[in-house]
Amino acid sequence: MADMTALARQFIQALPHSVMLGMQPQEMGEGVASISMPYKDELVGDPVTGVIHGGAVSALMDTCCGAAVMCHPENGGGTATIDLRIDYMRAATPGQTIVARATCYHITRSVAFVRAVAMDDDTENPVATATGAFTVEAKR
Amino acid sequence: MSPRSKPEPVQVIKQRRDGALRALANAVPYIRFLGIEFERRGDELTGIMPFKQELIGNPLLPALHGGSTAAFLEITAVITLNWSYLWDDLEAGRLNLEGLPPEALPRLPKTVDFTVDYLRTGLPRDAYARARITRAGRRYASVQVEAWQDNRERLYAQAMGHFVMPAPRDNADG
Repeated sequence: MADMTALARQFIQALPHSVMLGMQPQEMGEGVASISMPYKDELVGDPVTGVIHGGAVSALMDTCCGAAVMCHPENGGGTATIDLRIDYMRAATPGQTIVARATCYHITRSVAFVRAVAMDDDTENPVATATGAFTVEAKR
Repeated sequence: MSPRSKPEPVQVIKQRRDGALRALANAVPYIRFLGIEFERRGDELTGIMPFKQELIGNPLLPALHGGSTAAFLEITAVITLNWSYLWDDLEAGRLNLEGLPPEALPRLPKTVDFTVDYLRTGLPRDAYARARITRAGRRYASVQVEAWQDNRERLYAQAMGHFVMPAPRDNADG
């Protein structure tokens, strides 16, 4: 478990945009990744309610899905997003950390299929879900 | 034929339109955080995301983060949709956004879903985007967005999104 966290931390710190948004790795291994994004004022999309912008949730989902692909044992190395769909079920509660968890549920020699869920403190009701396809690099 | 009223001076029109656009875009902290700007030709908007290091996802290539591109496209879609939704009221002088505090601005459309196709690697330079509203209903809207960098014809990303429109403003005729 300790090296999974270390791997996740290294992964996030190498991505300037993820650092900018304040993403924090939770775990990463065997095609599953979890990343949190604490609330901060710069991420707000609606200044009246203080709700986080959907674009910031997208960035979190994209990072988390990419991390899940990168740590899948069948993937040779890096990955890039082919497409990503986000469904926004509800506004994230202002002030709460958003946690995304992504699973790479199928992988071929060229494509990885991923789904993800984003939650705030109310873990019964997801804030958003995502499904995406990512590139796969050949193993050397 | 009734006599036509004298057209407004062009500077007055430009000031009003640019002021309204600025008010809409500047009210959103996340738009300012990413540094996204809008240019206007008549009612046509172009989103611009000037390059900065913090937008990078893969520092080895280097390439823009999929998340900065997704946010750029979504922001362009929402601002364009809102702009077109408010246009008639702005033009008719029923609505004046300049100098309004955020809480007095009209409510934004809400994103239901958003799908991004990443067509090419996002290069470490400025990106541009334009949105096309393919359906503008009273409650729901569908928007397509295209983004490019060096060549308008070589898109680096495109997206499709669905939105719920805000409830009609009760002071629209006031």
